Amino acid sequence: MQRTPLYATHVALGGRMVEFAGYELPVQYPTGPMTEHHAVRTAAGLFDIDHMGQFEVRGPDADAFLQRVQVWDIDQMALLDAHYSLLLYADGTVVDDIFLYKLTGRWLVIVNAANRAKDWEWLQAQVGGLDVALIDRSDELCMLALQGPKAEQIMQRLTDADLDKVATRTAAEITLAGLPAIIGRTGYTGEDGFELYIPTDGAVGFWDGLLDAGKEDGLLPCGLAARDSLRFEACMPLYGHELSADINALEARMGWTVSWNKAFIGRDALLKVKLEKPQRLLVGLEMVDKAVAREHYDVAVAGQVVGHVTSGMKSPTLDKFLAMALVPAAYAANGATVDVVVRGQPKQAKVVKRPFYKPRYK
Amino acid sequence: MANFKLDNDARYAKSHEWVRVEDGVAVVGISDAAQDMLSDVVYVELPEIGRVVKAGEAISTVESVKAAEDVNAPVSGVIVEVNSALEDTPEIVNTQPYTAWFFRIEPTAALESELAGLMAAADYDAYVAASAH
Repeated sequence: MQRTPLYATHVALGGRMVEFAGYELPVQYPTGPMTEHHAVRTAAGLFDIDHMGQFEVRGPDADAFLQRVQVWDIDQMALLDAHYSLLLYADGTVVDDIFLYKLTGRWLVIVNAANRAKDWEWLQAQVGGLDVALIDRSDELCMLALQGPKAEQIMQRLTDADLDKVATRTAAEITLAGLPAIIGRTGYTGEDGFELYIPTDGAVGFWDGLLDAGKEDGLLPCGLAARDSLRFEACMPLYGHELSADINALEARMGWTVSWNKAFIGRDALLKVKLEKPQRLLVGLEMVDKAVAREHYDVAVAGQVVGHVTSGMKSPTLDKFLAMALVPAAYAANGATVDVVVRGQPKQAKVVKRPFYKPRYK
Repeated sequence: MANFKLDNDARYAKSHEWVRVEDGVAVVGISDAAQDMLSDVVYVELPEIGRVVKAGEAISTVESVKAAEDVNAPVSGVIVEVNSALEDTPEIVNTQPYTAWFFRIEPTAALESELAGLMAAADYDAYVAASAH
């Protein structure tokens, strides 16, 4: 089992350490996941997400390589732009969801912890004859997220750079608390905020300093449980749940990430799905009968299993029992009713609009 | 590890329910250690009134942010009342584990022997401490 540089810091804060994607990470601190969730919606939260991978891509053919392996047209990206994208298999299902940064002389590709080794091998295998260098920066960079409506004002105390000028989905290379940092105005919570990359050896001091700088604003350290409930409300997919090698990108409603005007691995298969319409679709469900619909629970219509829940919980912000589920296209319209089978009992749910919580970006 | 609260008047099951006999009726909830392991409770599914239950039988479910866990009947009998306050304010299971009871059981003649098979507060405390390692 691996540990991030902040392991001892989490333990000292009373973090409850659990295994996640081969890492020991805090699922919550003594404040509890609900309090942490609300802190991010109303103030700010700090997350250790150093389990995620950072791959640098450089070389004369770096752009051609990235155009080949992921779905977003990077020719549309200016220097210091950042964008969400997908790596697809040839059949249109998903290798991973990624975040792209266009930095000076190089690209940074952020990948999921659980997929890091798989992605690395898969990317290497797609190089072909291209003159491109892939460098794994995961060990030398520590990745953190500062999320919430007060994220900017808190982080501004640690830098002379004008954070107000760093727009949503752009990046900056700045000095932060004396450290060389890459910051991206993005996140996985549905709130304004930043994802940060700092040198690993400065991580502990930086974490403590940032928590201190945000104390008066209600900044709390947040664990994996709050990270999951926040992303869930904003209907951001989690690989292994809403995205996988068994779900194509259009079933997962990720068409908005796809630039059809360029070639990429998986395009032919995905275009076929687009023309023939996806047979299944990811939907949002609101429970009509009170019950917590959890991942892998069956979705049924008239007693027949037709799909499954991919993620579900009681939404802390909306105070409703909600779920995301993969169902046949015939049951995907808003207002359609289905059952979620909870411990053998059918519980009625209706299809509702996604996202459950509308992101509040700057 | 945290120091968990105990109710010295209650008996405890290995599955972390507490039971207190009040006016001849067995009152059941989950322990402070159990609510801590669960983290924030968001929903409690209670048994039907009138249901005949056996000691050790899973008859209710407590759902936290993280997981769904069974709640067992620590003693046998008939469910005579459920705590409907848990429907709208399940979080009291976290804040007041020994007053946020789940259900009341009209016990059978086996009550005394079933209670004897459960743990006293001090023994339960030691059991929780031992299972934490």
